[in-house]
Amino acid sequence: MSLRKTYPKKPEQVYFFGTCLVDMLYPEAGLAGMQLLRREGVNVIYPQNQTCCGQPAWNSGYRDEARRVALTQMACFPQAYPIVVPSGSCAGMMRHHYPALFHGTPQHDAALAFSDRVFELTEFLSRVLKITLSDLGEPVKVALHVSCSARREMGVAGEHQALLEQLKNVELVAQGRSEECCGFGGTFAVKHPEISAAMVEEKATELVATGADSLVSGDCGCLMNITGHLEHRNEKLRGSHIASFLWERTHAADS
Amino acid sequence: MQQTVEFHDRADRALHNPQIRSNFRYAMDGLMYKRKLSFPDLDELNRLRLRSAEIRANALVNLPELLEQLERRCNENGIQVHWAESVEEANAIVLGIMNRHNAKLLIKGKSMVSEEMELNRYLEQHGIECLESDLGEYILQLAGEPPSHIVAPAIHKSRQQIAQLFKEKFPEIPYTDDVDTLTRNARQILRRKFYDAPVGLSGVNFAVAETGTICLVENEGNGRMCTTVPPVHIAVTGIEKVVEKLSDIPPLLSILPRSATGQHITTYFNMITSPRKPDEKDGPDEVHLVLLDNGRSRIYRDEELIATLRCIRCGACMNHCPVYTRIGGHAYGTTIPGPIGSILEPQKAGLDRHGDLPTASTLCGACGEVCPVRIPIPELLNRLRFERVRQDHTGVTIGQGSQRNPWEARIWKGWSWMHANPAIYRLSIRIATGLRRLLPKRLGAWTRVRSAPRLAAKSLHTLAREKGFDHE
Repeated sequence: MSLRKTYPKKPEQVYFFGTCLVDMLYPEAGLAGMQLLRREGVNVIYPQNQTCCGQPAWNSGYRDEARRVALTQMACFPQAYPIVVPSGSCAGMMRHHYPALFHGTPQHDAALAFSDRVFELTEFLSRVLKITLSDLGEPVKVALHVSCSARREMGVAGEHQALLEQLKNVELVAQGRSEECCGFGGTFAVKHPEISAAMVEEKATELVATGADSLVSGDCGCLMNITGHLEHRNEKLRGSHIASFLWERTHAADS
Repeated sequence: MQQTVEFHDRADRALHNPQIRSNFRYAMDGLMYKRKLSFPDLDELNRLRLRSAEIRANALVNLPELLEQLERRCNENGIQVHWAESVEEANAIVLGIMNRHNAKLLIKGKSMVSEEMELNRYLEQHGIECLESDLGEYILQLAGEPPSHIVAPAIHKSRQQIAQLFKEKFPEIPYTDDVDTLTRNARQILRRKFYDAPVGLSGVNFAVAETGTICLVENEGNGRMCTTVPPVHIAVTGIEKVVEKLSDIPPLLSILPRSATGQHITTYFNMITSPRKPDEKDGPDEVHLVLLDNGRSRIYRDEELIATLRCIRCGACMNHCPVYTRIGGHAYGTTIPGPIGSILEPQKAGLDRHGDLPTASTLCGACGEVCPVRIPIPELLNRLRFERVRQDHTGVTIGQGSQRNPWEARIWKGWSWMHANPAIYRLSIRIATGLRRLLPKRLGAWTRVRSAPRLAAKSLHTLAREKGFDHE
């Protein structure tokens, strides 16, 4: 699994799948993602019937339950437009795991066609829209946390980084063990809270040690985990979704 | 679900043991670094992984035929082949060989299959002394502990802890925590035993069907001593270790040590094809090969799970696993720990016994990324999470459905219903965001180390509608 080899030309319309975590906890990140796409001249459609990609049930072994939810999402995006997702994790589910989820069912072909239309947001901005960003913000030091699914399933760590590197006043700071999981893992954090806690503690320590002013990630699961722990520790370091960060630094206050 | 409690207990103990935490962290960081250095060319690595995966997958597809061919070739070469369906049978075979030679001492090279058999304990119950000659295994035998890693069995111990152990066991030897001196001391103790032992035992890295050759990878030379000095050599292996051709060995030998320890080649590589021939100066008079099934042929029957058996036991998945790094090998409570153990052991012993292990992963994918034979470990963990709660009992895995908890199942049914009914979902989110100030600040274990997540005032569904993103 990795970045795809060929990308479509810039489309007139895209669908946006916001993800359930963004919907409830980080809606500004979803909005920012849609605004970035719209600013590039793409019409963005947010179907109101979308809910969740089904990954929590899939990763817990409840496949019938996951399939039912996945079918609901597939019905939300009937046209052949690309589906842009502001999460490596949910994009990975829809792009790489839907085919397995529907293996041996009558919907398998539909799932294959659907998964082929799924793009992670930074991948879509860089590879399809070839976006150029002008930084309007003050100088800032940023630590980037790439989620494991963005890095390994979607192969978009480079896209995250390249977008941030376009911002001239943003200094990306290096961190120790940057490729190591933050310990969220969805239901893992609930089933094995002590192991998850040990992982997020070490991740936070590495991030704080960078001296960064801000933490940026493309996945809200990691953000919820890491920033929740940073707050608990009363650290100054705060986090935001990469879409929010990019949007805030590149749009004039009155636009 | 007794096992879950035990796993949690063992993991918690490890998490709160600073020595365990720092020993594993330090060791795993080192092993990851060395592996990375040994694969400077990522294209070459990917080609080699593809080739190695193909060799192992091909061997498994033809497993029954290759095993029969292996047996024929071994017989032609004078190696006696024994089949064991269970560890009990395998232990009895080894005991039988020992008894035929009236042997009371077995000197052992490193073998994870002998750990799986709990051979030492079995033979000792029958009055036979077993002596581990691999340094790490010897340390653990002194300490009375099982291995915590499949390649570096005593990795959970620091140099100082090992020095302390030697001081307790050998008060006559002056205390030292110098690694070279400790190693030299152990070597002197062990060296004498090689001449006394009538039987030596080893594991097997690869068994070549084409030629009937047993391949053994090692660094200390003790493996070669075990297989050449005593008059009898017994090799024990799982049936999955067979490969088709001799030409399959170079790619596997190229990728195994680099994945394991970052070495381009191990110090010793042994190829054993027969007992000593009349014109040869050394080697055993008898060579036995014990082929152990112990559940492997059941794993073989599932077209997805069969990939578990590709494993060449390099340990890279555990070296790169953020969970293993935190809790160490003993927490898993199985012969083989880490990600590969979490898929292999529940399939061998049953999900009723190790049903919690497939959940002990964040599915971060680090294991699958480094696996030299491209076992899709995260996908197989996911598959076993399904097996542990499935209801139809049509799979091959023992203990399928055994971890299904009616409450949990009902929660997922409710979750599924809500997320498959968009109107219900939107209404629930509207109510939750509206009442967000009333939501609890403490959420069980989550908030022990984190602040509670805060619901937004308006959901993205609402914001999207307000900003005109909801229609074509």
